Amino acid sequence: MQWEAVIGLELHAQLATSTKIFSAASTAYGADPNTQACAVDLGMPGVLPVLNERAVRYAIRLGLALDAEVAGRSVFARKNYFYPDLPKGYQISQYEIPVVGRGHLDIDLEDGSKKRIGVTRAHLEEDAGKSIHDGPGTLTRIDLNRAGTPLLEIVSEPDLRSAREAVAYMKKMHSLVRYLGVCDGNMQEGSFRCDANVSVRPVGQLAFGTRAELKNLNSFRFVERAINFEIQRQIELIEDGGTVIQETRLYDPIVARRAPCVARKRPTITATSRIRTCCRWRSPRR
Amino acid sequence: MHDRTIAELGVGLAQGEYSSVELTRAVLEAIERAESLNAFITVTPDIALGQAEAADAARARGEAGPLTGVPIAHKDIFCTDGVRTSCGSRMLDRFVAPYDAFVVERMRAAGAVMVGKTNMDEFAMGSSNETSWYGPVKNPWDVTTVPGGSSGGSAAAVAARLVPGATGTDTGGSIRQPAALTGTSGLKPTYGRVSRYGMIAFASSLDQAGPMATDARDLAIMLSAMAGFDPRDSTCVDHPVPDYAAALEQTNLAGLRVGLPREYFEADGVDGGVSRAIESAIEVLREAGAEVREISLPNTELAVPVYYVIAPAEASSNLSRFDGVRYGHRCEEPVDLEDLYKRSRGEGFGEEVKRRIMVGTYALSAGYYDAYYLKAQQVRRLIRDDFSRAFEEVDVIAAPTAPSTAFALGAKADDPVQMYLSDIFTIAVNLAGLPALSIPAGFSGSRPVGLQLIGRHFDEERLLSVAHGYQQRTDWHTRRPGGEG
Repeated sequence: MQWEAVIGLELHAQLATSTKIFSAASTAYGADPNTQACAVDLGMPGVLPVLNERAVRYAIRLGLALDAEVAGRSVFARKNYFYPDLPKGYQISQYEIPVVGRGHLDIDLEDGSKKRIGVTRAHLEEDAGKSIHDGPGTLTRIDLNRAGTPLLEIVSEPDLRSAREAVAYMKKMHSLVRYLGVCDGNMQEGSFRCDANVSVRPVGQLAFGTRAELKNLNSFRFVERAINFEIQRQIELIEDGGTVIQETRLYDPIVARRAPCVARKRPTITATSRIRTCCRWRSPRR
Repeated sequence: MHDRTIAELGVGLAQGEYSSVELTRAVLEAIERAESLNAFITVTPDIALGQAEAADAARARGEAGPLTGVPIAHKDIFCTDGVRTSCGSRMLDRFVAPYDAFVVERMRAAGAVMVGKTNMDEFAMGSSNETSWYGPVKNPWDVTTVPGGSSGGSAAAVAARLVPGATGTDTGGSIRQPAALTGTSGLKPTYGRVSRYGMIAFASSLDQAGPMATDARDLAIMLSAMAGFDPRDSTCVDHPVPDYAAALEQTNLAGLRVGLPREYFEADGVDGGVSRAIESAIEVLREAGAEVREISLPNTELAVPVYYVIAPAEASSNLSRFDGVRYGHRCEEPVDLEDLYKRSRGEGFGEEVKRRIMVGTYALSAGYYDAYYLKAQQVRRLIRDDFSRAFEEVDVIAAPTAPSTAFALGAKADDPVQMYLSDIFTIAVNLAGLPALSIPAGFSGSRPVGLQLIGRHFDEERLLSVAHGYQQRTDWHTRRPGGEG
């Protein structure tokens, strides 16, 4: 049987603001642990988020470059789950009415033709802190410097059909955010990260197969390798009579040659509460 | 001297009848003598005397305002730099905030002297002050009864004339209902009038800070200090702050249109003594020239159920930061992460808080969100529209604050639904974001009754002036537990 891959990417661009998305703490990379986390980032009692205007401007700038709908009014929501590097017990993100709606990006294929890739949406959200599991015994250390760093999550339509197309799209977006000055694009520092949703289906079939979500793909090379591996894994699984289960698989570059992605356990999201937070703005419609 | 109003104390201080240090000492002694009321969680004599000295020095320099040197108390929901901020919970029993709430900053900037932090229902969840980790507050009118809640400590402290004024917060009636049950005056301002920065969140779309005192004039003096724009709270509205106390002088009840919502007066379970007191209070307004008419708020009966979806939903999310990881109660020797969460929260929170977290988490969970939270938000809009329509016909709405007077300690503690119905007349106001106040309006037997006045958004001036007009014609606000006055 002839198989076709269906791929959509979620790119996380860390916005190049000097302060965090909801606080005045610095976003500079590489500071001593927990020296760049203020009361808001620590989730102290009684403190409130105040939206960073520049983060919104950057998001809108990308939206315009993607020929996307820019929301005149946008809404934040809370994603609730318990994890030690998530100080408030929820992440402030966007659910309904993201700042950037439907748009597109044209990529160049190897045969010289162009392909238009749909962008579903791009929304603002805050990053979590870091859990460092290398302490003595079972202890975990928490660094909240990254907590509250502004991210723009750019979600593509499932328009990509191969690992190469995925990489071409990611590279194009990478150069676009750098050109626009909204993200420094430093992949080693995690400023530009990629999750990929991958499924396969027989050529000619319209319905999508069950997808797996690949996380932690932090270089172009890893993206290509992990997606190719995943496509192959799913095809072999189905051809052997198995079924793909919907799961999150974490890319581990150290064992990449053998089994690059392993299923991983994530904290359960207890509620995507859609409790609106207080940050709203109006921007002129084009 | 400590039993005078803020306005009277301002005169006494200005005329050099006593210094702020002398006044503050008297207040601290009164608080100590009244310890059995359990109105305070933390008393701060050193801070108070330091601030009193500073206030006296400011006055000597000619820099005194109406609150300079006046002792006040803060509800323990407001963060205070360097002082324990417990929110009435074991969870924060040892939490010392590293910053001041906006309201605390403002009161200090106005020269008020903080004498301590008042008792409250745990995380402001309760209507009797019985859910506090620090034990119930007793109503100074009858120590076998509750003072109401959640700002029960502030209400009892003002009622017993321990302090002339105290801050409170009102999410579903937590300023007005205890004011009613203790014969004091309390104002819940318009949502967005006072910054919520540094005020521990219960239900973010409903919470609002406000003043509690003996009369409307003192409420006005306190509100002028508390209100104002604060960029740290994005729901705080940049709306001019009038001199509320000056506005009282323009009080004119002639021609004032007062609406009586049929649904509030026909509600079941309203104490007969309360109804009679409210009818007399309305008669006072009518005699002063007010035009009283019946109005309808047709969605009134939905307010309590809607509130008990929205408030717990927001609370369940707001309280998830209390996880034992960074501050607050942490269990001994957790074996793993789940154990840390379960035991820290299990031990740190009391029964009522846990109940609301469970209800709220359920209402927000996948598959139930639309049926509960979303539906409740839609009904909330209808309730708000009811008020908008009513305010096309009338200037203020008058009603009882609470369906009954102070009830016995323990009487409703085991029956959450009965307890929730204590807020039946106050909750809709929070859902609509409106300002409202409660003032003393007589007694049912020997227990105080509160008259509630509800106004249009940002119409606190009118509410205060109507309340002041009423208080010029009555003396209920001067009555105090134990007799004279």
